[in-house]
Amino acid sequence: MLVIKNLYAKVEGKEILKGINLSVNAGEVHVIMGPNGSGKSTLANVLAGNTNFEVTHGSVTFNGKDLLDMSADVRAKEGLFLGFQYPVEIPGVSMVNFLKTAVNEHRKYNNQPALSAGDFLKLMREKKAMVQIDSQLTNRSVNEGFSGGEKKKNEIFQMAMLEPSLAILDETDSGLDIDALRIVSNGVNMLKNKDNATILITHYQRLLDYIVPDFVHVLFQGRIVKSAGKELALELEEKGYDWIKKELGE
Amino acid sequence: MAEVTDKLSAIKRISDIYEANRSKISDGLPNWFNNSRQPALEAFQRMGIPGFKTENYKYTDLTRLFENENFRRAFKTDKFDVDLKDVFSCDVPEFDTHLILVVNGWYDESNNQNKSYPEGVIIKSFQKAVTENRDLVEKYYGKLAKVEDDPLTAMNTVFAQDGVFIYIPDNTHISKPLQLINILRSEDDLYVTQRNMIIAGKNSQVKIMFCDHTLLPQNFIVNNVTEFEIGEDAVTDIYSIQNQHNKTANLTGLYIRQQRGSQLVTNAISLHGGIIRNNLNVLLDGEHAEAKICGLALSDKNQHVDNYTFVEHRKPNCQSNQLYKSILDDSSTGGFTGRIHVAPHAVKTIAYQRNNNVLLTNAAKMNTKPQLVIDNDDVKCSHGATVGRINEEALFYLQSRGINEKEARLMLMFAFAHEVLAEVKVEQLRDVIDKLVNKRLRGEVSKCHSCAMDCIR
Repeated sequence: MLVIKNLYAKVEGKEILKGINLSVNAGEVHVIMGPNGSGKSTLANVLAGNTNFEVTHGSVTFNGKDLLDMSADVRAKEGLFLGFQYPVEIPGVSMVNFLKTAVNEHRKYNNQPALSAGDFLKLMREKKAMVQIDSQLTNRSVNEGFSGGEKKKNEIFQMAMLEPSLAILDETDSGLDIDALRIVSNGVNMLKNKDNATILITHYQRLLDYIVPDFVHVLFQGRIVKSAGKELALELEEKGYDWIKKELGE
Repeated sequence: MAEVTDKLSAIKRISDIYEANRSKISDGLPNWFNNSRQPALEAFQRMGIPGFKTENYKYTDLTRLFENENFRRAFKTDKFDVDLKDVFSCDVPEFDTHLILVVNGWYDESNNQNKSYPEGVIIKSFQKAVTENRDLVEKYYGKLAKVEDDPLTAMNTVFAQDGVFIYIPDNTHISKPLQLINILRSEDDLYVTQRNMIIAGKNSQVKIMFCDHTLLPQNFIVNNVTEFEIGEDAVTDIYSIQNQHNKTANLTGLYIRQQRGSQLVTNAISLHGGIIRNNLNVLLDGEHAEAKICGLALSDKNQHVDNYTFVEHRKPNCQSNQLYKSILDDSSTGGFTGRIHVAPHAVKTIAYQRNNNVLLTNAAKMNTKPQLVIDNDDVKCSHGATVGRINEEALFYLQSRGINEKEARLMLMFAFAHEVLAEVKVEQLRDVIDKLVNKRLRGEVSKCHSCAMDCIR
């Protein structure tokens, strides 16, 4: 589904990603861990098409298409979703209008007719129930005045609405209390199927109490330096990252 | 010295126009009224054409506009071969208003008949009211719009002939909004003077909407002055939708006085125009009066929109709240000056002011200046001004959900503008203005030869 080859990227002139290689197949859950500043969020933003990040080398294909050639909105409509670490507040843009526009842009892209107002509201109700988001939140402006936890739940709700084939969740678990974490993880698990894939970017092993990954990767200084199964996460939790640095001879 | 010569010549030319047409201008109006012209002319000659050296006109230099202008003056009603009511039939069924038409500054008698207003309400030609309702007009004429304070007001007073007179008696509520449509329509370049007076009695309620339009592509200059007296406990809304083409200079002066306990909402939506200068003066002249003062300006190409507000807190316990926003595209320019004066004895005053602006290009330019003069220390006052760009983070967020850049930008601009539109209290009116602003931001209201209301179709 996603094939990243030797990816280099810069932000504000500084090289952050230095040769990322990663393949993700349908039905898989990947976890990317790593110390602060290792390039985790940069990778997420580069994949989602944030133009503040400049790709200097390498290639990314998504379902056989050149991902780097697409604008952010086309990537989304091709099935890529980024759950933001810090979702932006957008005063004045209502959740309903925002989601309706987004959903119908997806449908238009896939040659489907736009949803009627009634069908859209029905869809929204279903998905709200599924991810257990407070129904009041959708009466407000996008993320405006939401608590940290509400913002993260809102990301999962949007993911449920858009049904991406690849979801990249950038520290969606950070700053969540245990209940919110459970809700977020349940959402991810419920949305998971054999045709889609998830990349979880996280600092903490505790998310993995709820979501079982197929692969765990360690990102360090802009490269994936270690990949293994879920047991790697436990090892990292226990020992920190120093042993990896040692292994690398730093 | 060329500049001085031009200024002098413009003053002289305008004075000559007055002298040469004195009898036409004064025709049909009583001496007590015409007597105000000469002092106004002298005041105008002292102040001259406002330019960037005129403190209150720093951001709107009108010297070039008047330099070579040789426009026809509409000294009498222009006759038209079309029924203007047909041109402006409003197709929004739920938007039911009392329509008042003004053509080139003249109250249009033929289209303003058979009105079913509540008893005692007077809506008529200003010129007629000068004679027929002398007691009212003489009491208020030129009292708020003082000729020595502003050169455009002085010029208006020199040439004032007609406009609209509205009187709402005490305890009278008009439920349907009054929609006053100002139409510009001329085969040659035209200079229009319009003078309005609105008197809202004690405990009355009225909502008035001004719609400014151009019907033909000629050059227009409009000098429009309105004096608005709001009685005790009256509740009044005044909305202005400015939608004229790029060859129009729309210079407006709105002078408002509020008595004790009265409430005012003003909202000036500048959708389109060449040069727009709105002078708004609100005098809070009775305790517990409240004013909500808003404006939204959308400009592109070489358009210029300048809002100047002067809110004067003369009595204690009053509240004023100003919110002005603008979105500037291309090489358009804008200005906002917000003057607030709190008098020494006007304790417990609450006065807020906010001006937020978004520049869409590097060439667009916005000047903003708060001016607070507070002469006592028992007040709550604040002001804030920002000039910025579209929030790139928010833009990326919307795009990352599949919304293309153009649509995402529109959503953000509309969201920015909407805060001002949310202050429009009449729901149907708010919907209409919402749609207009949306269309304007999409570039669909580009040629404005027709009534903006027609765009809703």
